[in-house]
Amino acid sequence: MSLVLELKNISKSYNGNPVLKGISFALQKGEVRAVIGENGAGKSTLMNIIFGMPVIHQSGGFEGECLIDGHVVNFQKPQHAMAAGLGMVHQEFMLIPGLKVSENIKLNREPLSSKSFNRFLPGKLKVIDNEQIHKDSLKALQKVGMDLDPDQLIKGLSVGHLQFIEIAREVDHQNLKVLVFDEPTAVLTESEASQLLNTIRHLAKDLGIAVLFISHRLDEVKEIADTVTVLRDGELIGNYRCEDLDKKEMARLMVGRAVNIRRDQEQESPNARQNIMTLKNFSVRMPGENLQDIDLEIKQGEILGIGGLAGQGKLGLANGIAGLMPASGNVIFEGQAFSLNDPKQALQNGLGFLSEDRKQTGLLLDESITHNICFTASHVLGRFQNRFGLFDQKQGKEWAQKMIKDFDIRCTGPEQHTRRLSGGNQQKVCLARVITANPKLLFVSEPTRGVDIGAKKIILDFLRSLNQQGVTVVLTSSELSELRVLCDRIAIVASGKISEILLPEDSDERFGLAMAA
Amino acid sequence: MRLFPKKFSVRDLAVPLLFVLLCLVGVVYSGQPASFLINAIVERLGRNSFLVISLIIPIIAGIGLNFSIVLGAMAAQIALIFTIDWGFSGIGGLGFAFLLSVLPATVFGFLIGKLFNRAKGREMVTGLITGFFSNGIYQLIFLFGAGAVFPILNADSLLPRGVDENGVARFFGLRNTIDLSAVQYALDDLIALPRPQGIVIPYGTFLVIALACLFVWYFRKTKLGQEMKAMGHDQHVAEVAGINVNRNRIVATIISTVMAAWGQIIFLQNIGTINTYNSHEQVGMFAIAALLVSGASVSKASVWNALFGTFLFHTLFITSPLAGNQLFGEAQLGEYFRVFVAYGVIAVALALHAWKGKKN
Amino acid sequence: MQKKILKQFIEFGIARSIIVLFVIVLFILAILKDMQIAELISDSLARIGRNGILVLALLPGVRGGIGLNFGLPLGIICGLIGMLVGMEFDWTGLSGFVSALSIAGGLGVLAGWGYGVLLNKVKGQEMMVGTYVGFSIVSFMCLLWLLLPFSNPKLIWALGGKGLRVTISLADYYPKILDDFLSFSIFNVTIPFGSLLFFVLFCFFVSLFFRSRWGRAIAATGANAQFAKANGINPNQTRVWSAVLSTVLAAIGIVVYNQSFGFVQLYTAPLLMAFPIIACLLIGGAEVGRATITHVILGTVIFQTLLTIALPVTSAFIGGDISETARIIISNGIILYALAGVKGKTA
Repeated sequence: MSLVLELKNISKSYNGNPVLKGISFALQKGEVRAVIGENGAGKSTLMNIIFGMPVIHQSGGFEGECLIDGHVVNFQKPQHAMAAGLGMVHQEFMLIPGLKVSENIKLNREPLSSKSFNRFLPGKLKVIDNEQIHKDSLKALQKVGMDLDPDQLIKGLSVGHLQFIEIAREVDHQNLKVLVFDEPTAVLTESEASQLLNTIRHLAKDLGIAVLFISHRLDEVKEIADTVTVLRDGELIGNYRCEDLDKKEMARLMVGRAVNIRRDQEQESPNARQNIMTLKNFSVRMPGENLQDIDLEIKQGEILGIGGLAGQGKLGLANGIAGLMPASGNVIFEGQAFSLNDPKQALQNGLGFLSEDRKQTGLLLDESITHNICFTASHVLGRFQNRFGLFDQKQGKEWAQKMIKDFDIRCTGPEQHTRRLSGGNQQKVCLARVITANPKLLFVSEPTRGVDIGAKKIILDFLRSLNQQGVTVVLTSSELSELRVLCDRIAIVASGKISEILLPEDSDERFGLAMAA
Repeated sequence: MRLFPKKFSVRDLAVPLLFVLLCLVGVVYSGQPASFLINAIVERLGRNSFLVISLIIPIIAGIGLNFSIVLGAMAAQIALIFTIDWGFSGIGGLGFAFLLSVLPATVFGFLIGKLFNRAKGREMVTGLITGFFSNGIYQLIFLFGAGAVFPILNADSLLPRGVDENGVARFFGLRNTIDLSAVQYALDDLIALPRPQGIVIPYGTFLVIALACLFVWYFRKTKLGQEMKAMGHDQHVAEVAGINVNRNRIVATIISTVMAAWGQIIFLQNIGTINTYNSHEQVGMFAIAALLVSGASVSKASVWNALFGTFLFHTLFITSPLAGNQLFGEAQLGEYFRVFVAYGVIAVALALHAWKGKKN
Repeated sequence: MQKKILKQFIEFGIARSIIVLFVIVLFILAILKDMQIAELISDSLARIGRNGILVLALLPGVRGGIGLNFGLPLGIICGLIGMLVGMEFDWTGLSGFVSALSIAGGLGVLAGWGYGVLLNKVKGQEMMVGTYVGFSIVSFMCLLWLLLPFSNPKLIWALGGKGLRVTISLADYYPKILDDFLSFSIFNVTIPFGSLLFFVLFCFFVSLFFRSRWGRAIAATGANAQFAKANGINPNQTRVWSAVLSTVLAAIGIVVYNQSFGFVQLYTAPLLMAFPIIACLLIGGAEVGRATITHVILGTVIFQTLLTIALPVTSAFIGGDISETARIIISNGIILYALAGVKGKTA
């Protein structure tokens, strides 16, 4: 038994907000350990700490100890971690399409020739030994079970190939001890995924490499992992032996969270109401958040929640309907065919959209609060204009002042630029802008992300009261608890499909399984 | 060494083909005997190739077309001005100028590299403006500083500037032209070999150009060359792999600037005079246009592009005024035409590059 | 209040503050040297009226998100053609001037539209492509100035030469038609009232335009294209509009410039014209992605005053004409400062 990597009581906070609290586990040679948890559970922060990413040092380091082969380490740069025998297979491929497979595998680790006059040249001016590159990469490819010509260009290879080349690159490290897989199967086909699992097993069992396997696919975790570490809200829920847990148990541990607030008044069942919008075969092409051929009914007057893990497609829905991402399919809105990919038409028909990307899509950062709040209504509906067709400062300012009061926007006045506002107040400005255009159906995405508690309550309360005034709300959020507090129904999106539509009171287990589907 | 890229696409070939056609028209309508044309083209190949080759390494490193090689040319002129002023001559003098130019060229290259790192994504426009800006500084130094702030030994090269309060004639600022006859053809004629059909072949210069080609070819195979190639394709991935991208970009800019300085020295030793305030101005534009007519792009170029491009561009350059005169009775027309061609080919290459970059 | 002033000063930037100080120092020197202050001020006023609209032409580009419009020569060429057509037919005086403006504007719409479509295809490289489109057009027009069948003897070379002259006098057409309109003198300072009025009027119209729905859509695109799209604006379309507007203003601007200057300059004259004009805007406090009418006016005033005063003052002190050198250094230096100062926005 030899411990390769050991974490002792790792804690980390950003600006006083704890994101990791006392995480410990030990990883042995040849062990495959799955790390599971919802988005924001702290998995990526943990990996950043292990690899010594700059973001950790820039925010004040971390507490606790990280040991490799029994020695305490604190890497200042990811390159140091790599030199010490850690490897990472990224979720997004770190490969250069214009270079050969072999050149990618050996990038910045090229063997140098010391033939003839090369002997006398400084390192960087030595010629690269292409034969050795070819041989090394062939060997690395064989280790991961890939039969591929190393001299081929990356350009044109399938996603599955790229994934294996990434692994081969890490395996090529002479002293690779620990290999981290960050959701490696997310982009693979089923057969590619099973081949990948075989490879991982081979690396661990035959080559003795320890593996950290981060995945949402509980099936795979169950199949491949020896041990499981569950994180939730930055806390260690536990380290388990894989055979001691079944999938349902894992799902429950991942999600488990007391839900105590329910909508107070009893209402007619949403299913009995009319559809305000019906989607059929609806697809959205949004990088990293694709939706494929979904059917969905949005009921008049409800709050519909859209949940799911990051990268599964939940954000695609609102962006597709709002016309910001290319969408296709059949959509009926209030009994009329709804034209897709036409943001203007959508707004004119009474749709509202609060983007998840506040700064990029939601705000004019160098314009006043007044201009921000009035923009949509003035541009789409022609409001706040004087008889010459020019923007009416006075009217706009009055309205902005009312909104500032209603939403309790903390600012120096309606003339202040939105760049200077806090995240919560910026979000309030966005929401004020969206509702100024009087939408009938409002899509709200991640309204409380990066928002302080006070603003969060104001925003959620406002959404509820808006709903009580008859506005249908579709709320997309990564925070399941938020959805369960506010929504009538919650659609869970996984792998670009709606895996299940649940009620807020359904069990944690069902939510967990639906998200991991 | 591979002679040609593996695959030709229509787009790769369209520009050079168009130029071959233009050149043919130019040659046919120039009304000059073949011997005249060949002589002129050979001379210009020797004169210009080195400058064009100096553009290649920043392209490999992903910086794009280095519009600031103008500063390399200035470094060359600074070196030559002092070489001549201190009385050096012949191949020894020229060698001294080569060495001397390395100093300012390295400093300039370093500064430009720093600047490019600050203006990532708009290196080319920054390089262009840097060229203009430095031209002003250069003017300030030589038009007002020479002879006033720092000494110029040879009083004949200074401008007369009236008289001071005591009635003594004042001299400062360099004259518009500086005679380089002390070093003219020192490199071109370094190696005396027979002249076939009376064609003057600058063997010495051709040898140096061959060495430059060899250097670039070798450089691409080194570790540093491979790093630059990787960052040229994808800076982010290269950075993640631990390559020091910013430092390599500075190194690439320095190499390019020093090579440009040497290129300009070669150019001027052939011409035989320095146009103190103008010789460097158009260097960037003509070198870049020459490279691009061969079908090279903002992100891809080889020594073959440089040599072939120089050949095509200067064939057109020589023949277009002649053809303009023959066809329209107006040499001026041909001169305007070749300038238009230079700017046009750069505009098209830049647009295609941005267009392609956007699609990816 | 003090804090606010200090903050504005910092925002104005060190480089710009140095330039303003430089102007003030030159001004004091000029007084000390007993120079013709009234004449100097008259000169700078004339130059402000002359250049103002050209500087203003950059505004729609910056606000609309195509950046500093280095393709300004395109509009300038449209303006030159507009003038030459009228001059060929000997349209003089007001009618000549108005016809020049109208033809210039019309051509500007067409050229700006094409230019805008091109810029949409090269997003992220607008400045570089714009520069070389400008260079190419100017050098292409060199061919056309030689070849186009103009026949009015006032325009073409007198003896045997082919094509249009390099410099054509406006003396017989509409010299200083705006400058002299209601112009008056006060303390020996000549106020080119018409030109200044024209400049102020255009500034006013442009600022009104940016309060309209259309103008606000353009500005929103420039500030945040994704925001614009989410609000039902087609960013590609608004970008084309801003290119059109910029080109039209440049076309009108050069007509105004030439009437004040008294000559039409052809061939390579417009080649480098964009750079000092861009420097004007930047000296006024604008950035690659942000500009206001105040920047336009302030920049024009500071830069043109600098040029008019620098010329006689420095010449008097140094004994050589350093003004051209200073102009090159300052105008390109300030552009470089702006390019390197902002972190690169890679597309």
